[in-house]
Amino acid sequence: MFSDYSLAELGSIFVMQGFAGLILFSVFVLMALGLAIIFGQMGVINMAHGEFMILGAYVTYFTSQFFLNFIPSLFNIYFFVAMILAFFASGALGMFIEWAMIRRLYKRPLDTLLATWGLSLILQQVYRSVFGPREVGVELPEWMMGSLPVTDMVEVQINGLFVMGLTIAITVAVAVLMYKSNWGKQVRAVVQNRVMAGAVGINTEKVDRYTFGLGCGIAGVAGSAFTMIGSTGPTSGQLYIVDTFLVVVFGGAQSLLGTIASAFTISQAQSTMEFFLSGSTAKVLTLLSVVIILMLRPQGLFVIKVRR
Amino acid sequence: MNTPVITDTMNKDFVLAVEGLTVSFDGFKAVNDLSFYVDENEIRVIIGPNGAGKTTVLDLICGRTKATTGSIKFKDQELTRMKEHEIVRAGVGRKFQNPSIYEDLTVFENLEISYPKGRSVVGALTFRRDAPVKERVQEIAEMIFLADQLDQRAEYLSHGQKQWLEIGMLLIQDPELLMLDEPVAGMSVSERKKTAELLHTIIKNRSVIVIEHDMKFVEDIAHKVTVLHQGKILSEGPMAKVQADPKVIEVYLGH
Amino acid sequence: MTKTGRTFFLRPQDMIGIAILAILLLVVLPLTLDNFRLQFVGKYLTYAFVALGLVLCWGYAGILSLGQGVFFGLGGYCMAMFLKLEASSVENTKIQTTPGIPDFMDWNQITQLPWFWEPFHHLGFTIIAVLVVPAIFAFVVGFAMFKRRVGGVYFAIITQALAAILTILIVGQQGYTGGINGITDLRTLNGWDIRTDSAKTILYFVCVGLLLASILLAYFVKSSKLGRILVAMRDKEDRVRFSGYDVSNFKVFVFCLAASLSAIGGAMFTLQVGFMSPSFVGIVPSIEMVIYTAVGGRLSILGAIYGTLLVNWAKTSFSESFPELWLFGLGGLFIAVVLTFPNGIAGLYQTYVAPRLGPLFGGAAKRSDATPPAPPSSGHAPAAAE
Ligand SMILES: Nc1ncnc2c1ncn2[C@@H]1O[C@H](COP(=O)(O)OP(=O)(O)O)[C@@H](O)[C@H]1O
Ligand SMILES: [Mg+2]
Repeated sequence: MFSDYSLAELGSIFVMQGFAGLILFSVFVLMALGLAIIFGQMGVINMAHGEFMILGAYVTYFTSQFFLNFIPSLFNIYFFVAMILAFFASGALGMFIEWAMIRRLYKRPLDTLLATWGLSLILQQVYRSVFGPREVGVELPEWMMGSLPVTDMVEVQINGLFVMGLTIAITVAVAVLMYKSNWGKQVRAVVQNRVMAGAVGINTEKVDRYTFGLGCGIAGVAGSAFTMIGSTGPTSGQLYIVDTFLVVVFGGAQSLLGTIASAFTISQAQSTMEFFLSGSTAKVLTLLSVVIILMLRPQGLFVIKVRR
Repeated sequence: MNTPVITDTMNKDFVLAVEGLTVSFDGFKAVNDLSFYVDENEIRVIIGPNGAGKTTVLDLICGRTKATTGSIKFKDQELTRMKEHEIVRAGVGRKFQNPSIYEDLTVFENLEISYPKGRSVVGALTFRRDAPVKERVQEIAEMIFLADQLDQRAEYLSHGQKQWLEIGMLLIQDPELLMLDEPVAGMSVSERKKTAELLHTIIKNRSVIVIEHDMKFVEDIAHKVTVLHQGKILSEGPMAKVQADPKVIEVYLGH
Repeated sequence: MTKTGRTFFLRPQDMIGIAILAILLLVVLPLTLDNFRLQFVGKYLTYAFVALGLVLCWGYAGILSLGQGVFFGLGGYCMAMFLKLEASSVENTKIQTTPGIPDFMDWNQITQLPWFWEPFHHLGFTIIAVLVVPAIFAFVVGFAMFKRRVGGVYFAIITQALAAILTILIVGQQGYTGGINGITDLRTLNGWDIRTDSAKTILYFVCVGLLLASILLAYFVKSSKLGRILVAMRDKEDRVRFSGYDVSNFKVFVFCLAASLSAIGGAMFTLQVGFMSPSFVGIVPSIEMVIYTAVGGRLSILGAIYGTLLVNWAKTSFSESFPELWLFGLGGLFIAVVLTFPNGIAGLYQTYVAPRLGPLFGGAAKRSDATPPAPPSSGHAPAAAE
């Protein structure tokens, strides 16, 4: 499939497709980050994660509409506002769900999977009833459109770079929160020994609730990023759930760095292959490779050793 | 390397020969260059403070944890290269520290599953609960004081009874090497007495490795005692010798 | 009679349960429902095969597969390929550019029957393929994963990914598979027109017969020592290993068995409904099949059948009148079954109905297959026993 292109062309194709995959990569990273926190730290499989993302996307859409209609002068910065709103909307919903449902299901991971699947169906129907079945898209502010020429053959989209930068910032923030802050220490204490953590005075229920909220909130931000590569509809989130779960598992569920590396590998593989093959073949090949690698190396690609 | 024991290792037939055994968890050596030998029909007791690596040694022998280096020979078979079920089939039985039984099944079914027949898929499908099986289960149940509870779900047994049931599950396998991890821990005084009695009957005609803290109990049954400390052997020999060892006294009584 | 003295694999209350189900499916429903409704029941019953497999695989062995649609689909497609070839005889397709091949291939500029379609000219091969192809696939997946001790949620996620992959593949390879529309316009089975009402009625009874046979098989497996090993494995995998069993072999076996059962369902679906499409393969149908089992009671063989019938009946009636409500209902069902009645209908029956019926059957119904009160919590891949 490579024979029709010269080496230089191939090089730029890889780079271009690589950058074209940036937003997809960012969405993956953010989704997977949220999932990894919820799964890795709490052992909960959140099948409704895509719906939390889509809530963020809807929030972003409505914020853009609001700015467009009421304060068009500030339209340039709507995205920042939208992101923050998306984070809090999805995070709040997440905390509510944790309270109403998830907290009864710790220690039963397969059951969380089924229950959150049910939740995802309900949320989809809620979106359909409230926002309508039609898919909606956002308008980008002018400064985010267009692309930067890097060489004469390679161009990079500005919104891609922007979302990418944002993703890095959020990831760093999460890493700091989880590994440096006092709160992160509490989360890890609860993960390792719930009873002991409770005994030394950590409010485990609160830790659980905020952890779940954080994971869902990040999914909301992923939804903001998502509005730039796809249109938002009630069921758009579901399309991402399998991919992101594979990203998480592939990266080794406990490792933040692994999650990022794995999101990068998968999104880049897919976006590069898409150039040469049809979209569905590229997707099948990507997923299949991941599944086969996981069968051979179930602990994930980036984890050296698992504890039994 | 310099285990302070046994010079005539070469010309004896050991049931179990552990040599240079090391396991490291992310750099932490829970068991460090350990060597010891167990004779036929010997009762060996391993003692040592918490975290000394006693359970890990049993894990290594029965294949639950893979050794980093070293060798474990059971009757000339290298256990470090075998899978758990192969090790069991070779004749090594192991009781876990916390009673590990099937709570959803009855006492009878617990013992029946451990009966060493029909261990393949086809074997299990065609396994028949015939007279020899029932007799053997009955026999074991009487030994472990559970003859009246055969039809009861194991979940409803007391802690001590669960321990016995697990011992029974090992007995029905009739292993040549039996490994017991703290068999009387958490038992009432009367249960302890009964357990000691039980152990006395079951340790006949096989080699046994027991991990135990109860010194009276150890004195009672041990042929030889191995003291483990920080993954290494601190002392080894008959109970009296070990008890007199100043190193052991220091570890147990503190500095 | 004490349990230890049992020799036959069906207990009295099992026999009564099976007899009641048989009477319901073979006599009551055919007499009370019109043809149209009976065909619906026939369609639902094909999913019951999947639910049955899940009882063994998920309920008993604790292995949750979210990819059972794959096996249902493989079985269904094998059957559909045979029927399609029979429907695409040279006379039937002479207006095509290449007569004698399925119409969708012709539309996709394919001029020769692909090699993997060839053997499906033979019914014997097809029937074997229905049972064996999914089992082989399950074997490969199960062997790779269970030997490496992957289980719980990891297994669930990977099987779900397989369902996604197969769907995308089928949809993408339109020329070989019929794409998103599936394989449609199926007509005859060895010359016997399967579209007539009488044929459909006969197929309904065939389906019920196969289902009852599968139920007996499931009871046999459940009551064998293998059944108890599965339960033992579900909560104390290490202990089973240290009793000398190669745990992975048992998991592979039960996963393959569940796959073959699902495939029978898929093949019967194709025969009764007259087409097969990727919409029965993917993530959504696969996980819906899990809910049939959960609603019926994940530990109850007969419960799975009633669960399937009930959920599908609800789905049909709701989506006819209030399509929006159905998703709420289904979603709520997932949540409710997990949160409030984890042993499903069978659990409710055992708690509320059976104690009252007990005296009627001389106490036979006392000890049930749904007794375990809490649902199994297996799922952490690295399960520690200490
Ligand atoms: N799988 C494991 N991973 C990491 N550390 C372990 C593992 N198993 C045991 N350890 C460590 O090895 C040491 C010895 O443990 P153990 O053998 O259980 O001691 P004990 O003598 O009390 O039975 C402990 O410090 C324990 O934390
Ligand atoms: Mg110990």
